[in-house]
Amino acid sequence: MAISRDEVLHVARLARLELGEDEIEEYTRQLSRILEHIQKLQRLDTKDVPPTSHVLDLKNVLRADETRPGLSREEALSNAPDAVSGFFRVPKIRES
Amino acid sequence: MDSATAAEFEPVIGLEVHVELKTKSKIFCPCPTKFGAEPNTQVCPVCLGLPGVLPVLNEGAVELAVMAALALNCDIRPSSRFHRKNYFYPDLPKAYQISQYDHPLATGGWIEVGAGASRKRIGIKRLHLEEDAGKLMHEGSIETAARSLVDFNRCGVPLIEIVSEPDISSPEEAKEYLQVLKSILQYAGVSDCRMQEGSLRVDANVSVRPTGSAAFGTRTELKNIGSFRSVVRGLQYEIRRQIEVIRAGGEVLQETRHWDEQREVTVALRGKEEAHDYRYFPEPDLVPLHLDREWVESVRLKLPELPEARKRRFVSDYGLPEYDAGVLTASPSLAEFYERCVGLYGRGEGRPKTVSNWVMGELTRFLNANNIEIEEARVTPSHVVELLRLIEGGSISGKIAKAIFDRMCETGEMPSQIVRREGLGQISDESEIAAVVARVIEENPKVVGDYKSGKAQALGYLVGQVMKATGGRASPGLVNRVLRERLG
Repeated sequence: MAISRDEVLHVARLARLELGEDEIEEYTRQLSRILEHIQKLQRLDTKDVPPTSHVLDLKNVLRADETRPGLSREEALSNAPDAVSGFFRVPKIRES
Repeated sequence: MDSATAAEFEPVIGLEVHVELKTKSKIFCPCPTKFGAEPNTQVCPVCLGLPGVLPVLNEGAVELAVMAALALNCDIRPSSRFHRKNYFYPDLPKAYQISQYDHPLATGGWIEVGAGASRKRIGIKRLHLEEDAGKLMHEGSIETAARSLVDFNRCGVPLIEIVSEPDISSPEEAKEYLQVLKSILQYAGVSDCRMQEGSLRVDANVSVRPTGSAAFGTRTELKNIGSFRSVVRGLQYEIRRQIEVIRAGGEVLQETRHWDEQREVTVALRGKEEAHDYRYFPEPDLVPLHLDREWVESVRLKLPELPEARKRRFVSDYGLPEYDAGVLTASPSLAEFYERCVGLYGRGEGRPKTVSNWVMGELTRFLNANNIEIEEARVTPSHVVELLRLIEGGSISGKIAKAIFDRMCETGEMPSQIVRREGLGQISDESEIAAVVARVIEENPKVVGDYKSGKAQALGYLVGQVMKATGGRASPGLVNRVLRERLG
């Protein structure tokens, strides 16, 4: 396996995912297959190839510094599970 | 801790400063950035992180960031890109912050602190662009709050993060670095740098090592620093704490610590190593940024005179002492106020220094006491110059001028009006003075006797009585002359 069970649990925790025992096994297997595939690519010599961050040959897509009204407060809060006095309200914050 | 023990160790400090750029709109969407708006009224699907939206980079933010980098002597990288920094926190609706990682906008800058022989350069490792998060308000304190409130108006406001090299060697030097940095950024016009409004925020990395050692000790990161004063207090505390840990045979842990302003201590935040695993990866929604030399040079041409240059000019053009020039040029608005005063009052006969004394003295005292900036005050250069002319022309004494200074600043009323309305003008009418002198002589036969029998200092007492009787408005020279004449 290219990835350990512990690494899968670590990544799941970072993504706030709760995994069942069968899911842990399944994802360990699937992620290993992906990593093994990448390892094949890594055998290529890419010393002189610049990294590709985008497949499109685009740069400097910019907009002028101008304002436009966005959503009304009612619209902004309309999907909030909890809101009070114009604020979103969230549960107690715990350091993870 | 005695000083001999403290001298065994030296602190190593590096600062990370976040500064909000003064753009009209946010960095990746056209929402306004005005401070103090009603909560969640400057938001849109992009900055709320709703599904299916795309960020588009604000050209104005790029220009201000480049301006800041040039003012801080950085090299602008010809190519930079954006990364996602992933973490969960309620002020960050996308669960990632768009920032820059291994290809920042600029690197390798410096600023200078200290004077004379102790002048030194503090390196700036990097300067990069990123988006601000929303603002959280806790129902109670962060530890005990049952729930928290979120305002996303600030979410997406453009920020630059300026990371210094670990070149700072004392809490006081850290404060000076910040003062110089703030001054340069204000001059460059990239930010208000108002710490109380959060447009300038500071985190500090600090470690200690045996004095003279080349290796670094383990560092801690200090957060929640609310003012330049707490930078000094927080660092002093943390340095003392680390030295005590080491002297007790312990080990300093690499951790983030919260500065508790009330208790004046630093507290370790609970957190596991995972909290710092941000899993940066290139932001696929933003294309790379290429800045060509020519464009960068066109931005450089827009840079105004910076504080150091203006300070040198104040010394050479106005003949001011270096100290005065430094104080007056620390903020661009105060420097401009000063120059406008001198422009009105003139440069002859030590006038620039007289203006400097009043601006650094009374005016600065008034601004500090009211906790306002010069542009928020009602006093103008015309007020100050009119006041100085009243003193120069003998219409009022310096003492009276100081007495009406605050009123002039508060109400915006011209000093001549105040003087006229309240009858504060200096009495230079000899017959009026003579009448008071006669009364004082009559009321103080014993002192008059003393003077006549040779006690010269008795005259001072009589002068004082005349000044008192006229509410300080009599011209002291005139009083002296009239008294001597009458006493023969």
